[in-house]
Order: sequence, then structure tokens, then C-alpha cells
Amino acid sequence: MTFDSRLLPYLLLAPQVAVTLVFFIWPAAQAVWQSVHLQDAFGIRSEFVWFENFEHVLTDPNYLDTLKVTVVFSVAVTVLSMGTALLLAVLADSKIKGARAYKTLLIWPYALAPAVAAVLWMFIFNPDIGSFGRALRALGYDWDYRLNGGQALWMVIMAASWKQVAYNFIFFLAGLQAIPRSVMEAASIDGAGPVRRFLTITFPLLSPTTFFLLVVDMVYAFFETFGTIHALTQGGPGKATETLIFRVYHDGVVNNDLGGSSAQSVILMVIVIALTAVQFRFIERKVHYA
Amino acid sequence: MATVEIRDVRKSYGPVDAIKGIDIAIRDGEFLVLLGPSGCGKSTLLRMVAGLEGITGGEIAIGGRVVNTLEPKDRDIAMVFQNYALYPHMTVFDNMAYGLKIRGIPKAEIRARVDKAAEILELGRFLDRRPSQLSGGQRQRVAMGRAIVREPAAFLFDEPLSNLDAKLRTQMRVEIKRLQDRLRITSLYVTHDQVEAMTLADRILVMNHGVAEQIGTPLEVYQRPASLFVAGFIGSPPMNVLDGRIDDRGEAVLVPGGQRLPLPQPRPTDAGRPVKLGIRPEHMAVAAEGFSIEIELVEALGADTVVYGRLPDGETLLVRMAGIPTVRERDRMTVAPQADALHLFDAVSGRRME
Ligand SMILES: Nc1ncnc2c1ncn2[C@@H]1O[C@H](COP(=O)(O)OP(=O)(O)O)[C@@H](O)[C@H]1O
Ligand SMILES: [Mg+2]
Repeated sequence: MTFDSRLLPYLLLAPQVAVTLVFFIWPAAQAVWQSVHLQDAFGIRSEFVWFENFEHVLTDPNYLDTLKVTVVFSVAVTVLSMGTALLLAVLADSKIKGARAYKTLLIWPYALAPAVAAVLWMFIFNPDIGSFGRALRALGYDWDYRLNGGQALWMVIMAASWKQVAYNFIFFLAGLQAIPRSVMEAASIDGAGPVRRFLTITFPLLSPTTFFLLVVDMVYAFFETFGTIHALTQGGPGKATETLIFRVYHDGVVNNDLGGSSAQSVILMVIVIALTAVQFRFIERKVHYA
Repeated sequence: MATVEIRDVRKSYGPVDAIKGIDIAIRDGEFLVLLGPSGCGKSTLLRMVAGLEGITGGEIAIGGRVVNTLEPKDRDIAMVFQNYALYPHMTVFDNMAYGLKIRGIPKAEIRARVDKAAEILELGRFLDRRPSQLSGGQRQRVAMGRAIVREPAAFLFDEPLSNLDAKLRTQMRVEIKRLQDRLRITSLYVTHDQVEAMTLADRILVMNHGVAEQIGTPLEVYQRPASLFVAGFIGSPPMNVLDGRIDDRGEAVLVPGGQRLPLPQPRPTDAGRPVKLGIRPEHMAVAAEGFSIEIELVEALGADTVVYGRLPDGETLLVRMAGIPTVRERDRMTVAPQADALHLFDAVSGRRME
């Protein structure tokens, strides 16, 4: 059996293209369409309103608060998950006993659904039933993330970072293992101690990996942490843990403001595209693809 | 400038003994080559001197100071790796300057030292390049430069030329020799290439299975190999080895086929003893009487010719003759060794019989 060789590449690409069309391009186009329309309460008629939805969104002080929460949340999640993953990867890369079991354990969280992970966190941090939560209260610390916005934000940052550590870890470990051992040995003979070796050799050689993960983690923090926040705090208390993506859901699905929600989605998309573009343009130049 | 002393040094990886007790004192400015087949423990020994590998037993001293527990950075050595191990994200200049910066040497002096090394190694034009923008030979030079600028007590080389093609390897070999004549820094040089060993070494340590088979100058090792292993490893094509027996009066060696080869000096005490007889192919010549061989293969190398002959009992005998071939395959010829070119080895231990 033979294939027409000109057709085959298209055939092989087709499923991927179809998935992209159905699950990304089509909803994205819909979001753009919705963002410039106003729907009546019954969802029957809609009216073209130019950029009115955007105007509403961007002049809403609540929205700017959400933006602030999102920036804090995303930067914290990115820094925390990358920092932790790098530390763990460095430890795993050095010759330690039981390194294999350790690596497997570290990779597990990635296989966990966000909601399941969130439930686990609840079992730990719930002030009434969570082990750590109860311990904190027993020590006299007034721990209740359901009332304290700062504590709630701290907890969702922890939970979201924890899940991403596994992903970052795999990439950092692969990056570390791609650095020839002899290069590190040459540095130690040249007189560099462990800290200097890390700062002047390891870290620069990891920069392609770091850069890649920076983009991936920012996008993760912006978009993929919805499940975690939804399961843990529903954006509360108040709006203390409401990120942009959570607000899109809340305004669109709960408050049924499709136009406003779509405008927010479009803004979010633009932010992420811009972030990625900026990272590629300005950081890539300083990155050494060894 | 320093001596390097290795005293009964051992290395075990779990139950495996990679180095089984090696003793050698390398003199100040001496170029010592560690020569041996792959897996015999050369790199392990070198890495123990560098401090990259722990020492299981014995003592290593550099410049009179025992370094067993010192970190590599405190041993004042520089090393050239087989894969060069350059810092891929640094320019050639920074690669060479890295160790100097760490040691807090003033900028102007770093500049001067790197420039000087670059001039010696003809790297001046490449100082701003990254290793990935260099050829294999140039990278090799940068690795050498990085070692030179440090002006260390000792150089360690781990098969530095084995990733180069044959022509470059010859060129770099000559260059290393020149450098060594100029700098006279104590060096340990690991290789499995006997030509490198013969041409570069002040002394060669021939290693096999983690022990030193012989330590000597290149000529000593060639002329008086201490064991069958050394005899087989040094010289190309390798030495012929035949089973033999010293005759009852201790005046000649008898080999299968009835040949009787008189010994240069009689050995009455060894009369009747079974031996291994070594004869280098280049010490055989056409003769009226001697080994009668049937020629199986003739290799014309240009300057000389290697003849692969078969003895009546089936053993192969190699003969190396100057010039272009004068014989053809399937011819018969008779060859005999030069009288003073017989090497006798104990039939059991393989050690040389003096
Ligand atoms: N890290 C190690 N663990 C176990 N065995 C090793 C290790 N490094 C080397 N060896 C063993 O030690 C012996 C000597 O190795 P090496 O010094 O690299 O040989 P060479 O450099 O002469 O080729 C080999 O048999 C090798 O398998
Ligand atoms: Mg080796």
C-alpha cells in the first residue's frame, strides 16, 4: 500500500489542526466576537457596541485590583516553583543515594488533577480538619484562609507552585544532566568552589531551560491555575485570590456578563502574547544556546 | 615547578580494584606518560592526582605536600581533558582567564598572560569567539591555553589528542613537545597511543590492569621490555612471540620446527627451561639459514614493508624490511633474527629474563 506523498503530511497534521481549530481558534474567535457585542439578559439578541465592553472592564477599579492580585500571584508562583525545582534538580543531579526514587516522587505531583491536588492541600491547611491548619491554631496562630485574604493568597500560591515544581524539575534536571561533567570538573580545577561553579557555569548553561520555563510558568500561572483556585478559595475571601482568569469565569458564567467576560479574555490573551513576545525578544538575546 | 610523588596508590570501586598499588616519583619538569590499553586505569590514576577521584589507599604528594585530602582547586594543577571541557558560554579569552580571575590576579596581568599564551598557540585572532565557533584543533589549543596561563605546579593531560584526526594529532603532538621544551613544567600525560608516548615522554609508565608493568625511558621500554605485555604493546607491528626452550647447555634457544638460535651470552643456570622468545619484526632479516616461512601477506607502507609469514607449525611470523617489497605473497623465504635482538621471557610469569 502506498500513500500519495503530497497528501500524507496533511493527513498526519489533520488531527492536530482539527483539535486546534475546535478547541482554540473557534472559542478564541467567539471570544473576540462576543467582546464587541452586548447581549440581552436572555441571550437571544446581541448588539454591536464597539469597545464599550473593554471600556467598562478597564475603568472598573475592581478589575485593577484583580490585575494586581494576578501579578503578585503569577510572579510568586513562577519564582517559587522555578526556584524550588532548580534547588531540587541540583540536589538530584549530584550523586545522592536513592536518587531514582527521589526523582520519581518529585514527578508525581504533575500527574495529579488540579482539583485533586487542591483537596489534598485542603486536608493539610483546613483550620478545622487539616493537619497543618490545626497545628497552627494549636500554636496560637490565628490561621483561617477562609477569612484572611493574605493567608488565602499565600495558600493558593503554594498550591499552584507545588504542582508546577514537578514540571520545572524535569526540565531543570534534563538541563543539568546535559552539562558535561568534565566542564564542571575543569571549573573546580580552575579554582571555583560549588557556589561559584553554580553561578558562573551551571546557571548560564541552564539559561535556555530557564527561559523556556519562565514563559511556560507565566502562562501556567495566568491560565492553568483556575482549577486550583476554584477548588481552594473560589477567588475569596472577598476578591483576595481572584486572578484575571478566575474573574473571566466568574463574570461570564456566574454573573452571565458574556460581553465583559469576553473582553477580559481578549485582554488576557493579549497580555500573554505580549509577555511571550517580550520574553523572546529581550531575554533570548542574552541566552546562550550552548 | 614541582615534583609529583605517587606512593603505593590504590583505587577500588566497590569490589573492583581499578588501581592496585602504583609507585612513581615524577621529577621536577619531567614529562611522564601513562601508557596502556583502554580500561587499564590511566584516567583513574590521573584523576586521583587531580583530586577529582578519591584515593582508596596510598599517598600523592605534589611539590612535597601530601594532597590526598585537598580539593582540586587547592592542588595547583591544570588539566587538559579529552573532550576539552571548555566553558561553552564564554569567549576564548574568558575561558583562559577564568581560573586567573578566581585567583584574584590583577586584570592587566591576566590580559598579559592570556595574550602571551594566545600568541604561543596562535589563538590571537580567536580570543573573542565562543568554543562552538572553533574547529576541533582550535578548541584543543584553547584547552592547552587555559592550562598554560595558570602556570601551575603540574600539568595533567587525559588523552588530549584522541579526538583529533590523524594529521592534526601529529601536528599537536609536535606542538606539545615544543611547549614542553619551552615551559618545562612537570607533566602527567595519559594516552593509549604508543607513538605519542615514545615521542613525548621523558619516561613512560606502562600500565596494565591497574599495575605498572614497567617504568622507563622510551628507549628502555622499547629495547628492554620488562614483560610480554610491554613487549606486545610497544612497537608496531608488535613483537613476534614464540614458545621455546633453552638447550641443555644453556647456549641457545630451541624453537618448534627445530630451529636453534644461539644466545648472545650463555645462561647455564637456565638450561632446559621453557621460555617465551620475543623477536621484533624489524630485527629479522633474510638469511641463508633460519625460519622458513610461507608468505601470506605483504604490506607495502612505502618506506618499509611488513611481511606476514607462516611457520611450518602454523604460527605467524612478522618481518619488517626496509624499502619497497622484493617478495610476493605465496613465495617462501628464510629469515633469521639478529643475534643480539632476542628477548627472553619466563614462560609462566611473562616477566623478562635478565
Ligand atoms: N566511577 C566508576 N565506577 C566503577 N568503575 C569505574 C569507574 N571509573 C572507572 N571504573 C573502572 O576502572 C577501570 C579503569 O578505568 P579508567 O581509569 O577510565 O581506564 P582508562 O582511562 O585507562 O581507559 C575500568 O575497568 C573502569 O570500568
Ligand atoms: Mg581514560
